[in-house]
Amino acid sequence: MKKILQLALVLSGLLFLAGCKIDKGESITVVGSSAMQPLAEAAGNEFSSKNLGKFVNVQGGGSGTGLSQVQAGAVDIGNSDLFAEEKSGIDASALVSFKVAVVGITPIVNQEVGVKDISMDHLRAIFTGELTNWKEIGGKDLPIVIINRATGSGTRATFERWVMNGEKTKKAQEQDSTGMVRQIVSTTPGAISYLAFSYVTDEVQELSIDGIAPKDENVITNKWPIWSYEHMYTKGEPTGLTKEYIDFVLSDEMQNGMIPKLGYIPVTQMEVERDANGEIVQ
Amino acid sequence: MEEIQKSLLTKSKKARLEQIGKAISMLCIIFIVAVVAAIFYFVMSKGLATFFKDGVNVFDFLFGTDWAPGTVGDDGKPLVGALPMLVGSFLVTLLSAIVATPFAIGAAVFMTEISPNLGKKVLQPVIELLVGIPSVVYGFIGLTIVVPAVRNVFGGSGFGILAGTFVLFVMILPTVTSMTVDSLNAVPRHYREASLALGATRWQTTYKVVLRAAIPGILTAVVFGMARAFGEALAIQMVIGNAAILPENLTTPASTLTSILTMGIGNTIMGTLENNVLWSLALLLLLMSLFFNIIIRMIGKKGEFK
Repeated sequence: MKKILQLALVLSGLLFLAGCKIDKGESITVVGSSAMQPLAEAAGNEFSSKNLGKFVNVQGGGSGTGLSQVQAGAVDIGNSDLFAEEKSGIDASALVSFKVAVVGITPIVNQEVGVKDISMDHLRAIFTGELTNWKEIGGKDLPIVIINRATGSGTRATFERWVMNGEKTKKAQEQDSTGMVRQIVSTTPGAISYLAFSYVTDEVQELSIDGIAPKDENVITNKWPIWSYEHMYTKGEPTGLTKEYIDFVLSDEMQNGMIPKLGYIPVTQMEVERDANGEIVQ
Repeated sequence: MEEIQKSLLTKSKKARLEQIGKAISMLCIIFIVAVVAAIFYFVMSKGLATFFKDGVNVFDFLFGTDWAPGTVGDDGKPLVGALPMLVGSFLVTLLSAIVATPFAIGAAVFMTEISPNLGKKVLQPVIELLVGIPSVVYGFIGLTIVVPAVRNVFGGSGFGILAGTFVLFVMILPTVTSMTVDSLNAVPRHYREASLALGATRWQTTYKVVLRAAIPGILTAVVFGMARAFGEALAIQMVIGNAAILPENLTTPASTLTSILTMGIGNTIMGTLENNVLWSLALLLLLMSLFFNIIIRMIGKKGEFK
């Protein structure tokens, strides 16, 4: 009995301690877009190794989570693929945006469909459900299988915005993560979906649109229109460690080194700038 | 005299210990009950906000077939019809239970009536092993093996209710089997002895006596399996296709409550309709698991061996 009581005491003591901050270091929490997670994590590790005792905790959860958590003040930085203005329920005026990188998104198809270039109109027709077989646009006689990202995903929102031109997409399969989308497209005959450039591998075939290849140099000049900013949002102007971390991500060292290496396009290289309404501003 | 009186009137050390123990266990129970109540309150308040705050009609939600929260239909009302998910969830649950039950009963009869030795030494551990496999593994096997197999044999893209049924069948089989084994083992020995003494063969005894006597237990096992199938999210999400449309047949993409819930929750903002309606799905899931629990209790009460 005594032993059990002692054990209970020790355990509750541990619980109590776990609730306190035992480490003397500072830390911030970064939550949001899974597309940005590799970038935020790599930057966090680099930052911690340069500034001992300062930690950056990075979690995924999706752009919506990032925006709502930072708006609620629960985290220090919220990552998002979308402008805060584009998400309903978010008061964008309370948030400060830092565009840290750009990511291009390309349509991908299964290797077997026999199509490598597609016109924007055909691409749109596929996703509205007008075209249902690859032979209609010069491919093999294979039914088209559409695989979407989940409703509300940043990648999907970006793709639909620049491809669909306001038209409604056909209801189709949805998958939660980029990795799953790639896996399914690579193994399902006739499948089409879309991926961030950094996730494209030889397992799937990327499509060029109207003869323009999905390459970084085309994104930089906006010849390839399907791209989005990767934002870091803070509630009010950042201070202290949060500011140091964001400054580090925006530093030349990160922008010219790690960000292109991870498959993103440094925001400093962009020759055009886009605002929340999708208008090009100079 | 006085000392004796005093020792009789004051509490002994053991009695005090007992009281402390009682208090601690009471506290634990109160804590657990409070947690359950808090979960219910939280899910309820969030889930009902769809109807009270956002003004969605309950019938539109339960029987609507258009699921696109965040957009409004032609009548200006948000498109939050959950019927496709409800149908998907119930179909995979029922079908997987229907497929799994004969296998589970067969295995259980073999393990208890035909070859108890082999059953205990080989089959029991194997089945227990199946329980411990994480659902993501089942999902991945489903994605890489079951989906292509369904596509080649039955056509379509392979994603759909049928692939989901196969995956869930394997996932609930161990639960149903091991509980059926327990219920067969719980049939009193003298039932079998009496039957054999009357001249019944082993098969007649098994079929007409043991299985009949164990029916409530077997039903409980099946309902437990169904409860697990209904709540399974990860594996089913990988193979069912997650299209919020009413399935035309078993090989077209469909969706379940859990798959839509887990996919959407990270992309919505707390407090918006898109988020609230997901909590309504969660509320449905919670009510269903409550329903399964009540059924299990009712069957259990009816079938007790006295």
